Amino acid sequence: MKEQTQILFKHRDVKDIGTMEVYLQHGGYEGLKKCLKEHKPDEVIELVKASGLRGRGGAGFPTGMKWSFVPKNPGKPKYLCVNCDESEPGTCKDRELVERQPHQLLEGIAICCYAVGIQQAYLYIRGEMLEGALCLERAIREANQKGFLGRDILGSGFDLEVILHRGAGAYICGEESALLSSLEGGRGFPRLKPPFPAVSGLYACPTVINNVETLSTLPHILVNGAEWYAGFGTEKSKGTRVFCLSGHVKKPGNYEMELTSTMRDLIEGCGGGILDDRELKAIIPGGASAPMLTREHLDIGLDFESIAAAGSMAGSGAVVVMHQDTCMVGAILRIMEFFEEESCGKCTPCREGTKWMRDVLLRIHQGHGRREDLDLLLSVCGNLAGKSFCPLGDA
Amino acid sequence: MKTAEMTFKVLSAELVEEIRAIMGRYPKPRSAILGALHRVQETLGWLPAEAQTEVAAIFDVSPAEVESLVTFYYMYHRRPVGRYVLKVCRSISCYLRGSDDLRCHLQRQLGIQRGQTTPDGQFTLLEGECLAGCVHAPILQVNDHFVETCTPEKADALLDELRSGKSQFPPMPEPWKP
Repeated sequence: MKEQTQILFKHRDVKDIGTMEVYLQHGGYEGLKKCLKEHKPDEVIELVKASGLRGRGGAGFPTGMKWSFVPKNPGKPKYLCVNCDESEPGTCKDRELVERQPHQLLEGIAICCYAVGIQQAYLYIRGEMLEGALCLERAIREANQKGFLGRDILGSGFDLEVILHRGAGAYICGEESALLSSLEGGRGFPRLKPPFPAVSGLYACPTVINNVETLSTLPHILVNGAEWYAGFGTEKSKGTRVFCLSGHVKKPGNYEMELTSTMRDLIEGCGGGILDDRELKAIIPGGASAPMLTREHLDIGLDFESIAAAGSMAGSGAVVVMHQDTCMVGAILRIMEFFEEESCGKCTPCREGTKWMRDVLLRIHQGHGRREDLDLLLSVCGNLAGKSFCPLGDA
Repeated sequence: MKTAEMTFKVLSAELVEEIRAIMGRYPKPRSAILGALHRVQETLGWLPAEAQTEVAAIFDVSPAEVESLVTFYYMYHRRPVGRYVLKVCRSISCYLRGSDDLRCHLQRQLGIQRGQTTPDGQFTLLEGECLAGCVHAPILQVNDHFVETCTPEKADALLDELRSGKSQFPPMPEPWKP
C-alpha cells in the first residue's frame, strides 16, 4: 500500500520548525534565494506552469496559468490575497500548515509576488484560527527582520509587504470574490464574474488569489525544479496533495499523498481502516460540497480526474468516512444545515432553496417523510444549481 | 468629521488610536473595519450598539453599515457573553465523532441551552460550523482557543480548570455595561 510522500510535510515534525532559526537550518528560504538570483519574474511563471501545480483550495485551477492572466503593466497596483479562510467541513490542512510551518507559506508568498510583480499581499485568515494568526504574526515579524520580506529583499530590488488580515466567521469568504468583498470591509457577498480577479479584484485592481497549500508548495518547486515536481502524480494531476482524513477511521489526520495513490491507500493505509472495524458505508472525497462515494470506490485514484470520473469532485482534499451505523439522512441533514446557515443570502435561489431543502430533510429525518419529498428535493436542486452568483448554491 | 474632533463615550482614546493605526495598513481604510470590531470586542467583551455607532463614526459610515457586518459575521457578539465562550463544532466530521453528545453533556453540566449564558456570567455555550479541527474531532473552542478531541470527560476537567481561575485560557473581559 502506498504511504505518504512528504514534500510540504517533510519537516512537519521537526521541533520549532515554525521559527526562523530552525526553518533556516532545514533549507528554509533557499527557494526564494534561488528564485531571485537565477530567474526573471516571467521565467518563474513559466516554471510554475511547467510544474503542473494546480490550486489546492478546491477548484484545482492551474496556478501558473492563473498568474499569467494578470496584466503585466496595468497602471494600477497588483495584489495577492492568500486564502486561509479554510472552512469547508472536513478540511483542516491549511490550519496545520500555518500553525506549524508558517515560514514555508511566507516563502511561497514571496515567490508568487516576485513572479507576478506584486508588492502587497494580504493574508486573509479566518477569524477562528487565533493560534494560526499568532504564528503568522510572529513569522512575518521574523521574516521582515531577516530581510526575506520588506524592502529590497535580499538585495534584489523587489519589495513586498505582507499584511495579516483576520476574518470574523463566514464560510462564504473562502469563495474568492466573497473574500475580496470581505477584505474591502463589507459583508462576504460573492461577485459576478467576469470580470475575474486577475483583471479586476481587490479595490478593482489585478489580484491573484491563491490557497495556503498551493503557495506552500512553491519553495519546493523552485529548489528542486519543475520537472522534479511534475515527476510526481498523474498526467493531469501532478505532485502531491495534503488530504485531510476524518470521520469513522482509526487514525484521522492530515496525510500528504502522491496523486497516483488511491482512496484505499489513504483510508486503510494511512488511516488504519474503519473505526471499530465496522463496514465502510460512504466516503465524501472532497469536503461537504462533494457528492458521496461508496465502498465500491475504494480503489479509485486520489487525482482530480479519477474522482470526477466516479461522479464526485476532489475539491479541498477533505476525505470524510462514514461507517455502516451512520444514518445517511442524518448526515445529509447535518451537511444541509451547514449550507443553509452559511448561505450569504444575496441570491434568492440559494437563500430560499437551502432553507427549503433543510426543512424537507428534517421532516424526512423525523419520520414524517412523504413519497413526493424526493421529487421535491430534486426540483429544488434543479432551481438552485447554476442559478446563483457562486457555487455554494450548486453545492 | 475628523476623529480628533469626535467625542467618544465608549471607546477609549487609546483604542481609537489603535483603530486609526489599523486603518493605515490598507489603501482603503474601510478594509480595517473587521479588525477594528475585533479589537473593540476584545476590549468591551461584546459589541453594544453604542460602540457600533462610534466605530461607524470613525469609518464615516452609517451605524446600519456596521450593524450589517456585526449581524453577518459569526464571531461578533451582539449581546453580552460569559467570561468563557465555549463553542462546539457541529459540522459533519465532528458530528460523526460525537459532537452532539458533547454539546448535550455541556448543556446538562452548565444548566443552559445552546446560545445561553450561565447566570453567574461565567460560561456561554454556542455551536459553530466547521472550526477546522476535523482530524481531532470532536472540537471545542474556549474563547477561540482549540480544545481537541474533546470528550465529555475532557470537557468536565476543562470546566473545573476554568472555574478554578488557573486556566491557560485567558477569560474575556467583564462585559461592558452602559
